Order: sequence, then structure tokens, then C-alpha cells
Amino acid sequence: MEKTIKQWLSRMKQQLGNKVRSMEQNGAQETVMLVEKTELPDVCYFLWHEKKGRLFTMVGNDERDIHGFFALYYVFSFDSFRHFITVKTLIDPLDPTFPSVAVQLPAANWYEREVKDLLGLRPQGHPDPRPLILHGDWPEDLHPLRKDFPLDRHAPRVQSREAFMPYDSEDVTEIPVGPIHAGIIEPGHFRFGAVGDTILHLDARLFFTHRGLEKASEGMPLAKALFLAERVCGVCALSHSVAFAQAVERIGEVTIPPRAAYLRTLFLELERLYNHIGDVGNVCAGFGFAVGISQGARLKEIMQQLNEHVAGHRYLRGVVRLGGVRIDITEREKEDIVRTLAYVKKEFQELVDLLFSHDIAMNRMATTGVLRLEHANDLEVVGVAARASGRSVDIRRDQPYAAYDQVPFHVPVYEAGDVLARVRIRVDEVFESIAMIEQLLHSLPSGDTFTSLPPLPPYRSAMGWCESPRGETVHWLMVGPDQTIYRYRIRSATYSNWPAVPLAVKGNIVPDFPLINKSFELCYACCDR
Amino acid sequence: MKSGKEQTTDLRWTLQKRMKEVLGRSLHIRHVDSGSCNGCDFEMNTLTNPIYDIQRFGVDFVASPRHADMLMVTGGVTRHLEEALIKTYNAASEPKMVVAIGACACSGGIFGRTYANYGGVGHIVPVYVYVPGCPPRPEAIIEGILLALDRYEELSRNRYEELSRNKGENRH
Repeated sequence: MEKTIKQWLSRMKQQLGNKVRSMEQNGAQETVMLVEKTELPDVCYFLWHEKKGRLFTMVGNDERDIHGFFALYYVFSFDSFRHFITVKTLIDPLDPTFPSVAVQLPAANWYEREVKDLLGLRPQGHPDPRPLILHGDWPEDLHPLRKDFPLDRHAPRVQSREAFMPYDSEDVTEIPVGPIHAGIIEPGHFRFGAVGDTILHLDARLFFTHRGLEKASEGMPLAKALFLAERVCGVCALSHSVAFAQAVERIGEVTIPPRAAYLRTLFLELERLYNHIGDVGNVCAGFGFAVGISQGARLKEIMQQLNEHVAGHRYLRGVVRLGGVRIDITEREKEDIVRTLAYVKKEFQELVDLLFSHDIAMNRMATTGVLRLEHANDLEVVGVAARASGRSVDIRRDQPYAAYDQVPFHVPVYEAGDVLARVRIRVDEVFESIAMIEQLLHSLPSGDTFTSLPPLPPYRSAMGWCESPRGETVHWLMVGPDQTIYRYRIRSATYSNWPAVPLAVKGNIVPDFPLINKSFELCYACCDR
Repeated sequence: MKSGKEQTTDLRWTLQKRMKEVLGRSLHIRHVDSGSCNGCDFEMNTLTNPIYDIQRFGVDFVASPRHADMLMVTGGVTRHLEEALIKTYNAASEPKMVVAIGACACSGGIFGRTYANYGGVGHIVPVYVYVPGCPPRPEAIIEGILLALDRYEELSRNRYEELSRNKGENRH
């Protein structure tokens, strides 16, 4: 470890004084601070507010089998040091409560509600007591992520505890939408409080597609769980599988061969390309710009056919294996990629020129759905949405993985925070990705495409991360005995970004909601799990 | 041997022909996401892009189950979407052709049966055709529609024969 990080850490320990019971390394990039639960809010606030750490993920874990306690892990990312600090606290099963961090640190809001639903650990003083993951008709005293809860137990439905914002005034119209929507879209329920056409407040009820995926993964062999990881989400399948594989490889202290790292990067950029191109087309559906919709969909299809041609799957499933990649590419496939990208680049440029020179399209996108920088910072927004609001986070650059430290690339950032800025980020990133792929193909090293993994020691934990097309995705993994999963927590970009959507739609007109929603392009599946 | 592109085109013409034969009109489909990973949903969307463009052959995805001849269900039915699926099924008009799209809708997929997932559309509503795949390719979804039409034809023929047999028995 570098000297500066050591100094920085020891200084931090001094500043925190006796609040930190112990401090130890977990791999090269992560330091774990064990604190009493009463000190949790202070230490977390210090790391977030004073030290400018980003709340990366938060995990609750039932470790009663191991040492008799529940555990909470608040992970902060310090991008300038390329280091993570995890604040860990143990919670006595006889008193399953902890002081809420969300009071001071708004980004922790969902995580703590989730821990309450799934593990029965109650955050005291939390500003929002409503259920999150499990809907209101789930019995309040059953917690599926506890180890003594059988995976396939079906709980009875009870009187619903769902609550939406009540309005006193008769001038406010409540507009309920969903969970099933009019198009081919994922399910979610929206409750608008509108005054005339203008949105006063939006309550979003999500987690309709909660499948109990994390629970289902427990006890699953790691090799099989890779298939589960790439099925968390359809369109970020590869990002999820890479993040999972990285977590496993980090526990096993394995470095994948250079060719595998390059190939992962190559396929990850192909994933970003088909998503971003499709999303730019899809945004056009928000204002009925048919040419844009069709062109976007056509170019996306061409990219997906390229995926299938090169990797054997339209959504790039089956590309990753633990310790490397399954798919290697030939010289001829390289040429096919270059040729297709040249065509797509030209066509996409035409689409973009058309879109950005169209007065009505520009009028609808500009100043619509503004997400302010301070909101984005407070909620730890990631990905395209963050970079469009002037928040420069990109985990490819900030904590590089695969071969992202080998290829130079530019991270576009816009300040406006509106729909247009989010579209512009995608457009810029499409051209960046194409340039990156050309470099990667040019400098693709030869050699093995995978390495074998040693047996993993039980109860070790590690993280894997990946910048999916929607933003930073984190997989926190603890292995159990016999190469199985003990606890697996998936924090997708969508999970971080959803709480920002209600803030961005406020003051806009109801008919602009689909457009704003499309510009964030959040998927529900990897949020709900 | 025909190219993939030609085969897809053939498939779409067959679809148009069979819709005319079996239904005598176009086919309206309502999508229900009952808890999928969105992969299948995107493949259904793909059917309407300019390359597959099945709208040109008389298939449309409609906004309400009231307008639909067929429900395409993706996902293995989560606890939170069970009610929505049942309500959509009840709202759909006869013949309520349910096509389960993808491995999750067929059997729960890799998640199987959990506290939050029923593990297959067939546990909740009657299914006409199961289309496996993760996700099924657009051609496979068209094939699924064709199989559903075959089944509808068979069922309505049986029903017609049964009706005419009952008529005959009543006369004697």
C-alpha cells in the first residue's frame, strides 16, 4: 500500500479517536473500521461530510451463525485515494435496532429501510417508516433475509400498510399510474400530486419485481451464481456478471490475464453502446419523434446482432467466467466489429444532427426535469444522471477495473442537469466508446483468456464494481463454506438514482414525466432484485 | 438453404397468413411484466423495430387488456405482481391466449420459487404456449404466436364439434 494512504488512514484514526474499536485491511483497497452501533451516525457523517467519501453501498448481514450477531457495513469510496473505507458494526439479536444514519446522510435512506424489511434491524429516528422492498401486505415480523427463514416460504397477506402522501387541499389532484403501464415497460406505481398540469409531488412505489434473488443466491455454488448475476438485469447483464466475477476474484486474490481484462472491457463498451444508442432513440418516444425512435431502434438492433455474432448472445450473457472470459475473438471478428462500428457511427451521427437541430425536440428536452447538483450529491446519484448534473463520477476512471487503466478515455460532464444534458452525455459516450473499442482492438494482447481460481476461504468478503450503461453497480459478496455464497448484495445504479427522479420531476408538467423518466432510463429489475 | 434474414421474413409472412386463417383479422397483444429481468421485455420491443416490424404484418401491442386477444407474460410472477396479473387476465377479452415468454415465465428460471416469486406464470393463470429462452430471440417469440394460433384453432374446432354434437343429441 502506498505511504500516503497509510498516513491518511492513521490520521483519520486519530481524528476519530476512540470511536473506532479496530481498523483492519480487507484486501489492498479496503479498510474496515469496527465501531459501536451508537457511534455509527457520527463516524459515517464524518467520512461523508468531512472526508468527502461517497456512500458506495450498505449491506446488512445475518452473521448469527458465525459469531452470534447481525452486521451492518456502510462502505464509502474515496476516489482520489482509490480506496474504500467500510464502517462495520455488530448488532445484538436481542436488541435489533441501530441509530439511523439517514437522518444526516440522505443517501442511506433506502438502504436502512431495506435492512429493516429484509433483516428486521430497525433504524431508530429514520425519517421514513414505510416499507420499501416488501410491500405493505407482507407481515411486519417476518424477515426473509434472516438465515432461519426458508427460501420458499410463502407468507400470508395482511392488512396493507402502504401509505402515500396525503394532500389537504382540494386543488391537488392525485393521479395514480401503474404498476402495469401502457407500453412494453417494467412495472412500477406512480402517484402524482398535481395542481392543474404541474407536478407538486411524486410518490414512486417500486420493488414490484422483487424476486428474492439475493436470498435465492445464498448457498448457491459460485459457478452457478454467475448465471444468476447475469440475470439480475436484462440490459446490464454483462456489467452485473463482471462485477460479480470481480468480487469472487478479489476474494481469491486472483488477477485475470491481460487478454481477458481487455476482452471484458471490449464487451462492456459494446454493452454501453447498444444501450446508449437505444436510449437516445427511446428518449425520442417521449415527444413522439418517430424518425428518432425508428433510427435508434434500428441501430440498437444492428449492435445487438453484432453482439450475437461476436459473443453468441444478443445481451452478452455467457461472456464472463470466473477468472476471465469464455469468449475469445478472432481476427475476422475484429474486422466485423470495426466495420459495423464505422457504419453505426456514421448513422448515429446523422440521427444526432437531426435530433439536435430539431426545434421542437430541443424545446421539449432543454430545461425539462432538472436534477440539481446538490440533490445529486446528497443522494449519491451515479452514472449518466450524475454526470449530466455536473457530478463527475465514473467508476471506470475513479476505481479502474478490467483494462480501463490501459485505455485513455474522456468522461463527459454537463452542468445543466436537464433531459437534454442526459441525452448529450449518452451521445458523447457513444463516440467515446467507439473510440475506446478501436483502441482496445488495436492493442489487444495475446495470451490466455482465463485463469483458474483457488479454493476460497469461507466468510471472507469483497466487492466487485462496474460502470454499467446506467452507472456504477456494486456487488458485495461474502462466501460461505464449500465455495458457496453466504451473502450477496447487489446495489445497481438504478437503486442509487431512483430517489432522485421525484426531485427532478417536481414543477414539471405531468405529460413530461415519461420523457424525464426515459432520460434517466432506470431499470426496475436490478433495483428490485 | 435460406439466409437468416430470409427465414425471418418467411416467418412473418406465415404469421400474417395464419392470422387471416385463424382469426380473420389482426392480432392485438397486451404485455404483462410479472417480474422479469427486462430482457424478454426488450426482445418483445425488438419485434416492433424497423428490422422485424411485425406491426406491418398485422400484430400490434396494445395499451389495455380490454383490447387484447393475447397476453404475453414475462417473468415468473412475483408476490407483488400477482394481483396485477390476475386483474389483467380477468380484464382481457376471450379467448385470453396467454403466452409465457422466457425461462422465468415458463418455470421461474434460475431464481425458481422463492418467498417473493411463484416460479412460473402457469401457477397463476392458464397458459396457451410456453416460449423458452433467456431471453427468447425475436423469431422464437413469433414462433410462439404461431403455436398459440394453432392451439386456438384446435380448441375452437373442438368446441365447435362439441357444440354441434350437443345440438344433434338435443334433437333426438
